[in-house]
Amino acid sequence: MKIRESFPERAENPISGTIVKYLFFLCVLISLLTTAGILYSLLSQAIGFFFEVPLIDFLTGTRWAPILKPQAYGVLPLVCGTLLVAAIAAVVALPVGLATAIFLSEYAPDKIRRILKPLLEILAGVPTVVYGYFALTFVTPQLQKLVPDMLVFNALSAGLVMGIMIIPMVSSLSEDAMLAVPRSLRYAAYALGSTRLEVSLKVVVPAALSGIIASFIIAVSRAIGETMLVTLAAGATPRMTFNVFDSIQTMTAYIVQLSLGEAPHGSLEYNTIFAVGLLLFVMTLIMNVIGHLVVRRWREVY
Amino acid sequence: MNNMTSPKSVLNTSQLSVYYGSFLALKNVDMAIQANEVTALIGPSGCGKSTLLRCFNRMNDLIPDAVVEGKVLFNGKDLYGSEINPTEIRSRIGMVFQKPNPFPKSIFDNVAFGLKVNGYTGKMDEAVEWALRQAALWDEVSDRLKKSALTLSGGQQQRLCIARAIAVQPEVILMDEPASALDPIATLAIEELIRELKQLYTIVIVTHNMQQAARVADKTAFLMVDDARGGYLVEYDATSKIFTNPSDSRTEAYITGRFS
Repeated sequence: MKIRESFPERAENPISGTIVKYLFFLCVLISLLTTAGILYSLLSQAIGFFFEVPLIDFLTGTRWAPILKPQAYGVLPLVCGTLLVAAIAAVVALPVGLATAIFLSEYAPDKIRRILKPLLEILAGVPTVVYGYFALTFVTPQLQKLVPDMLVFNALSAGLVMGIMIIPMVSSLSEDAMLAVPRSLRYAAYALGSTRLEVSLKVVVPAALSGIIASFIIAVSRAIGETMLVTLAAGATPRMTFNVFDSIQTMTAYIVQLSLGEAPHGSLEYNTIFAVGLLLFVMTLIMNVIGHLVVRRWREVY
Repeated sequence: MNNMTSPKSVLNTSQLSVYYGSFLALKNVDMAIQANEVTALIGPSGCGKSTLLRCFNRMNDLIPDAVVEGKVLFNGKDLYGSEINPTEIRSRIGMVFQKPNPFPKSIFDNVAFGLKVNGYTGKMDEAVEWALRQAALWDEVSDRLKKSALTLSGGQQQRLCIARAIAVQPEVILMDEPASALDPIATLAIEELIRELKQLYTIVIVTHNMQQAARVADKTAFLMVDDARGGYLVEYDATSKIFTNPSDSRTEAYITGRFS
């Protein structure tokens, strides 16, 4: 057998090698340029707005009424509504999602996990408009039986349903992080007389903490940015309140409301959506930066 | 060859068999482990020596489909009896693994881990120092207890794992090829430590390295495997006897390297 002699010449083709490299780089550029483009369009249109409404008034004002007389451009009510719904969602999704992940990764036999995990991921694939109507037409009426004063549009049911919606995101990503923790660490803990719960909470969760926190951040960012559910179920009433039974308006829901043609294109009212959008962008950016710092500080490298 | 009735025997197996699903890993093992001795389990790959070791602290419970048949007595009590809590057993029969597996925590927290999960109410600092001294690691780490255990060398990590195991003062320490991932100098340090520790503990060690068994073990058990029967115990006797004058020709063949 003369194997070596049957190989063709394999001189590196410098042109195709280079083309491949740039082709891949082009794909990287697409998402980078899109981000830059989004930032540019937000900034360029928001700047016009901030010439007329000082940034400080925008950020500290407590009344938001761009399309009602007398007009006011204090964004805090929208921020408040956004954070209120996101906080309710986080209170639901973080503990339930983490507990789900612990069950799947540490308690469930392989067979059960192989059935449960895809089922949970189906939950993540349900369109958000469906969740919105679920909140409005099912959860709210049920809650109203308990709290009769509750408004039809309210922060609570939007937040609760949003929480359910982002559970799979928390559980799936956290479970991936937990499954990546070496078995040998679990064995070490069991061999010292740890219970399953101790192994889960004292070894696996700390070792997977960076992944778990990353899942929290992605899920909460999603809650802050989620639009359709809150537009349908939380209301259109910008309000500085922490009363979860009240109707509120989130930043995203406001952008939808105005985009539907309530203000003429190019007007000051219209440009508010870019100012609000820019703020939304900055908020999620800050969250991601904080997340990175927390992860760096707390993670256990194995 | 067995000394089942000796008052000094800590662990006794009788007709011990282990299945993984339908696969027979270990068949009908009868042996008695004596207190304050080092017992080595040797034999070719797949002979079931690690499986046997894991029967002693019920780590096989953690492997799905593992079924243990027969009896293991720990100080005369049935280790697989219904009143036995495997979690409690594992704090009394410690284990050191093949690859050093320190937790990704500080050196101090590694040693303190077993103390905490077992609800230790004494002074943590003192107990941690005691365990690190026992494992001959204190002088090397006393000035950096808060540093991550992963900053240690492989040999130091393995001694930390031994310190972690002895911190809860088990009666028995099981070691599954504890030096196979270490360099020769770190290996000698571990062997020296094993000889020290047998004053206080009963040690069962699985090893691939026959010189190691000859160097550290008082008793040696030779296991073999064949397709029909799974793993089984061939001969169990004083180490000097096994290595110089084995009773079974298969032991002799293995010791002299005629098969592996």
